[in-house]
Amino acid sequence: MTHEKADIAISAKDVNKIFNPKTEEEVVALQDINIDIQAGEFISLIGPSGCGKSTLMRLVANLIQPSSGDLKVNGKSPEQARLDRDYGMVFQAATLYEWRTVKKNVQLPLEVMGYSKSERDSRAQQMLELVELGQFGNHYPWQLSGGMQQRVSIARALAFEPSILLMDEPFGALDEFTRERMNLELLDIWQRTNVTIIFVTHSIAEAVFLSSRIVVMSPRPGRITEVVDNALPYPRNFETRERPEYYQMVTEVRELLRDAHEV
Amino acid sequence: MATKVKVDQTSSIFERIASGLQYYFPTIAIAIGVLVIWELLVIVLNIQQFLLPKPSAIFAELSSEFNLWLDPNESSLLFDASGATLWEAVGGFILGCGSGVLVALITARWTIVSEAMMPFAIAANSVPIIAFAPIMNNWFGLTNPASKMAIVAIIVFFPTMINTVRGLTLVEPRQLELMQSYAASPFKILFSLRIPNALPYIFSALRVASALALIGAVVAEFFGGPRATLGVYITQEASAFDFAKAWTAIVMASVIGISFYLIVLLAERRLMPWHVSFRKTD
Repeated sequence: MTHEKADIAISAKDVNKIFNPKTEEEVVALQDINIDIQAGEFISLIGPSGCGKSTLMRLVANLIQPSSGDLKVNGKSPEQARLDRDYGMVFQAATLYEWRTVKKNVQLPLEVMGYSKSERDSRAQQMLELVELGQFGNHYPWQLSGGMQQRVSIARALAFEPSILLMDEPFGALDEFTRERMNLELLDIWQRTNVTIIFVTHSIAEAVFLSSRIVVMSPRPGRITEVVDNALPYPRNFETRERPEYYQMVTEVRELLRDAHEV
Repeated sequence: MATKVKVDQTSSIFERIASGLQYYFPTIAIAIGVLVIWELLVIVLNIQQFLLPKPSAIFAELSSEFNLWLDPNESSLLFDASGATLWEAVGGFILGCGSGVLVALITARWTIVSEAMMPFAIAANSVPIIAFAPIMNNWFGLTNPASKMAIVAIIVFFPTMINTVRGLTLVEPRQLELMQSYAASPFKILFSLRIPNALPYIFSALRVASALALIGAVVAEFFGGPRATLGVYITQEASAFDFAKAWTAIVMASVIGISFYLIVLLAERRLMPWHVSFRKTD
């Protein structure tokens, strides 16, 4: 990995986001968000819809601006981090360009960022092999299943070796079996690349299985109610889901979510 | 899992022709059926040839013109007329569609400009532009092909421009955010996202325009033009009660129109084989 080692990948201090301020449609999407995320962590943001987890991710991605507060990405402003291509983004839909082959889709960020032709080819191939789609480079997106498309979009997000991977409910549209397999693959990728992952989900099982820390959020206004350390040891695999500690953790998070909802 | 893509098996040419015939058989059968019924109706009902000539009479006329055209010492007015009209339609098509795409590309860069222009473009698109044909005849000269090209160009300009602007601006928000997350320049976004996104819109406009171009050229010729153009040919032969001849010109116009459309379709397949309308699966 070529990215510089900043110890804190993301830090938020009293971050607020208000949509349509001072109008009748005013919505406090995020209120007093305070969190520090270490480089190399796997953080899940979990909470019911409307709790602002996607909004928080979009603030980090500099796709929207905070209304107040201080947000730093790799010690820089989110805009500078975006311009420095510090993060890769994965959406709920694979968002592949249908006119490009799988290989060309993975090369898209590399093209934008001015990599040479030979480097684009070799990196795209390397990334496709990482997500086990090495032989599908010349296929078009529609020829792949939903899970495979999402793997292409992960390969695309990792192609330029960003230090942070932002994932907004990436497996939300997949069936249970595919989702569990993708979870394993993602953990494998995370451990091999050392990338910091911010993962938005509303599946408790997914959050517990994947992350090193779980950020529990609650809606109206969107805020962080609890940050839970997940002590389940890595590497995690299919057996992890059968361990009593896993169930304890799932139960704990479920109760926290319920408490958060009652506040 | 990956969908199997149908690969053309290495079958003999006869097998492929046979399977093609099988596929198109219903279409061909209907065409022949209509012609036979038409022929029979004219004979049975004893319809006067100036009201509706028999398909066989039209075909005979067509083949004699074709022989004239093949003969190096003779010339065929019908084929000369077809060539002239084709030239007007193609010229107008290229001018109108080309400038339509160009104007859309330029204005889409400034959203305010294209949004301000859209109501006018849509209004202009509902105006029967063919009504300007006599004016164009005066501007460019009755026998100058430019007068017909101008009409064709104006007719095809608006649908092409409107569709191109739509294709350039109706981009999926997530696809745009993806580009923003890469800190891509507006230029890169235009070429890597907006233009490919607009291609299906542009081609659907071109398909409509290909039909409009020929209609525009022929109808503009009804208002007057050189003798050797299809519109003038039809009006002249019809007023001379030589209806079989008039019908040969209609047949030629149809053949040109259909070929024009097929060429655009072919170009579409070549330029966007990824599009949903060309996907073949088992």
